[in-house]
Amino acid sequence: MREHILSIVWLTPLVGMFLLFLIPKEKKELIRLVANLIGFAGFLVSLPLVFWFDMSTADFQFVERLDWIPTLGARYHLGLDGISLLLTMLTTVVGFLSILCSWSAIQERTKEYYAMFLLLQAGMLGVFFAVDVFLFYVFWEIMLVPMYFIIGIWGGTRRLYAAIKFFLYTLAGSVLMLLAILALYFKHIEQFGFASFALEDLMKVTNIPLEMQLWLFWGFFIAFAIKIPMFPFHTWLPDAHTEAPTAGSVILAGILLKMGLYGLVRFSIPLFPEAAVAESTVQIIAVLSIIGIIYGALVSLMQKDWKKLVAYSSVSHLGFCTLGLIALNPNGIAGGLLQGINHGISTPLLFLVVGIVYEQRHTREISEYGGLANRMPIYTVVFCIAMLASAGMPGLNGFIGEFTILRGAFEQNVYWAGFAALGIILGAAYLLWLFQRTMLGPITNPENEKLKDMNLREICVALPLVLWCFWIGLYPKPYFDILEKPVAKVVERVRPGYFARAGIPNPLDATIVRAELTAHGVAKP
Amino acid sequence: MNLSFTETDFFALKPVILLCLFGLGILLTDFLIRDTRYRWLNGVTALVSQGFVAFAVWQHHLHLSEAGRDLVALSGALVVDQFSIFFNWIFIVSTILAILISVRYLEHEGEHRGEYYALMLFAQAGMTILAQGMELITLFIGLELMALSFYVMVGFLRDDRRSNEAAIKYLLLGAFSSGLMVYGFSLFYGISGSTLLPEIARAVTERGSSDPILQLAMVTTSVGLLFKISAVPFHMWAPDVYEGAPTPVTAYVSVASKAASFALLLRIFLVPLADVSELWIPFLGMVALATMTIGNLAAVTQTNLKRLLAYSSISHAGYILLGLVAGNQTGLNGISVYLLVYLFMNFGVFAVITALRREGQAAEEVDDLSGLMGRHPGYAILMLIFMLALAGIPPTAGFYGKYFIFLGLLEAGQYVLAIFAALYVAVAAYYYFRIVKVMFLSDSQQPAQLVLSRGVTITAVVAGVLMLVIGLYPEPFIGLASDSIRLAMH
Repeated sequence: MREHILSIVWLTPLVGMFLLFLIPKEKKELIRLVANLIGFAGFLVSLPLVFWFDMSTADFQFVERLDWIPTLGARYHLGLDGISLLLTMLTTVVGFLSILCSWSAIQERTKEYYAMFLLLQAGMLGVFFAVDVFLFYVFWEIMLVPMYFIIGIWGGTRRLYAAIKFFLYTLAGSVLMLLAILALYFKHIEQFGFASFALEDLMKVTNIPLEMQLWLFWGFFIAFAIKIPMFPFHTWLPDAHTEAPTAGSVILAGILLKMGLYGLVRFSIPLFPEAAVAESTVQIIAVLSIIGIIYGALVSLMQKDWKKLVAYSSVSHLGFCTLGLIALNPNGIAGGLLQGINHGISTPLLFLVVGIVYEQRHTREISEYGGLANRMPIYTVVFCIAMLASAGMPGLNGFIGEFTILRGAFEQNVYWAGFAALGIILGAAYLLWLFQRTMLGPITNPENEKLKDMNLREICVALPLVLWCFWIGLYPKPYFDILEKPVAKVVERVRPGYFARAGIPNPLDATIVRAELTAHGVAKP
Repeated sequence: MNLSFTETDFFALKPVILLCLFGLGILLTDFLIRDTRYRWLNGVTALVSQGFVAFAVWQHHLHLSEAGRDLVALSGALVVDQFSIFFNWIFIVSTILAILISVRYLEHEGEHRGEYYALMLFAQAGMTILAQGMELITLFIGLELMALSFYVMVGFLRDDRRSNEAAIKYLLLGAFSSGLMVYGFSLFYGISGSTLLPEIARAVTERGSSDPILQLAMVTTSVGLLFKISAVPFHMWAPDVYEGAPTPVTAYVSVASKAASFALLLRIFLVPLADVSELWIPFLGMVALATMTIGNLAAVTQTNLKRLLAYSSISHAGYILLGLVAGNQTGLNGISVYLLVYLFMNFGVFAVITALRREGQAAEEVDDLSGLMGRHPGYAILMLIFMLALAGIPPTAGFYGKYFIFLGLLEAGQYVLAIFAALYVAVAAYYYFRIVKVMFLSDSQQPAQLVLSRGVTITAVVAGVLMLVIGLYPEPFIGLASDSIRLAMH
């Protein structure tokens, strides 16, 4: 059980998808019920990961390793470290909640809908588990098709355009990544004489000149930058987010975008450390991130469409994350990753909030609403918390992430921190203004009189996320503990001796680990 | 020179002899079948012939693994090697699939006659000669035997003007390009005094790549070869022929004829011209780039399914050529993997199109597929698999063809070509997903209707399942395909 836990986690939704196929498509209620149960089962089987996870090591855990295509050196090779643990839990929670929130929204082709969600879920989990680059690429591509259908079949009016745009952008990025993977793979064969796609093997390659390293770094980077999405590769995002059904937006914002961040930390940076610390790389990515932060915020201010506003706010928020990552110090990277998680909690909430009124009114125009607080008290509270979490209010999760990123950015470059702080102010502006325009004041549009407050199911969807916001906001230590070692490993990889120079104890140091264990009474001194 | 016909010669020629005998046999037995309802018996005969041919090729295989070296027959005019066996398997499988999807289609079109199957076998005989030939005249005879059969098959719908037009276009352009190719052959003969490829190779090596006559011979020969594989700028015939020909013939032309032409092209470039690769690698690189560009960009605007697939097959020819441009073993493995995958994915798509009907008429527009998911979900999912495979997206088998080609290019340092080839995958995905969009996303008053026959079902299901199985577990398949084309083949 324990040695196959990762396979079980990603295969659960896939097996569930095949189970769904067995149900006749007329029995919609049964399909909904089964799909929700499978989603919940997916969450349950992922729970043991948390209990069994060993925080005292930066290595991959629960490793599974099987030969898959020996002639190519590709393996079925899974592993989990702190970074992927957090993203996995986010995936299983948000994945289940997104299935739950589709209960009444999806009335047509329900079977296909849930099947696509479960396939997507399997693909996403596979991406976070794969430590073989070939396997990673296959999972990365598998996700494309279900997301295309989710947007294209159940989306809004411009769904066809949005779906193909999403598909082609991501595909164009990923084929360039494929070339970079293959070039690296070939260099590995040249140096070591055997074929392997294993991440640990590819990290040992040293025969790549810096110029080529840079090319390969950018090859990977474009794929991830499109997914994140970074300015100027972000143009697919407003369309996809706006047109996707609520659950699609939730998954897209909650998890798919995090794959870009994950890819940067897991592949781009550790595989090409020299290219990652090169002055040009750092400058370009930092500038793009800052443009993303400011531009995303300014465009959000201008939006008339509620959902589009949330979509553009993602561009801004993920700019923070990439800025943190490229600071390449422990605070920056841990903050960037944690902010990724935060964004994956609070933005789904914002999309759920839009979805609830959209289901009743079928419009997303901000001007159509106003004064909803009078009719919908619970809804107002949830929206308020989501909005404040997103804006970075102390006590909620966004603050922790942004603060840590700012510390990391400040350490690297004062100006970065300055621009990022400006972004926070703008972020508060567009979110508060949105809240004011939609929630506060008297009800001006008589249609809004009929709006119903959140029902029990919707509260069940929102509550875990709201609680999670508070948890990270009030007690983030477990998260930083989980991230500490894998992040330190990345930092040591790109900047060997960083901890020694900075005079900070290196979390990877065996003696410290030992001391910590002693303190906890696990090991004898 | 020893001119007697030995047992070895017979052994090497056996597939060709069998095919010709069965072809002639079908022409004879067709007279005996008075009742048109029993014409499918001709198809059965043709299928049986494939069993015999497969056995003969299997014997070739056994002989090769026992003897451990290539078999040379007919004073060097024919060989039996890994290369020929590999291509023969491709021809056998594609002929079987083509027969399976033909029967019902021809019945429906009212053109179900025995000649059709006979022509198919004659064409296959020509292809077999192309795969085994080592001598210019032999190769030319094989090429013309194949081409002549195809000219007739393309025009097989006698009452359909598009079919007739396609046939005449194919014939005229084909004859012209053959003429140029023969001119090139004659120049090769001129510089070497022999028509045997290994002899020519010797003369070519002596002359070196700067020799103008050699360059002229290469260019004129290439024109004919590039025409056959429908590479730019000799691709113009493909959309018209694909559109006009009976759909099963389109499938057969797009797979078998293309594979056979690639066999010829590879023989010419890898045997006589192997030592002057610095001459043809840049040349073929440019052709491949142009082919991918035109094929992919033109496919974007097509509304007719068969024309769209014609342009897509042009772009695939560009990708396959890149394997040769890479000039290393990885690239050549890419060619064989690609051809094998291409065989199944193309036949799968065409099988579904063969069955597609709208108001009783054969439907060939992209929009005619609309609502397929509602009416025939199984086939819609199969088509989705084929489209993903054609675009080269994992976890379908189509990915592995591209994988080896890209890797080969990177190994050879052809980075620019690799980047173009990779980005065109996204362009290709756009037009393949137009088909997906129509099938899954569009609501239609009149959902697409498939008139299925057992042959179509078998072909589509086998192809679809293979695409997924190979995609998920490619190990045995890669072993099968790799090393069948090698750098030094003489």
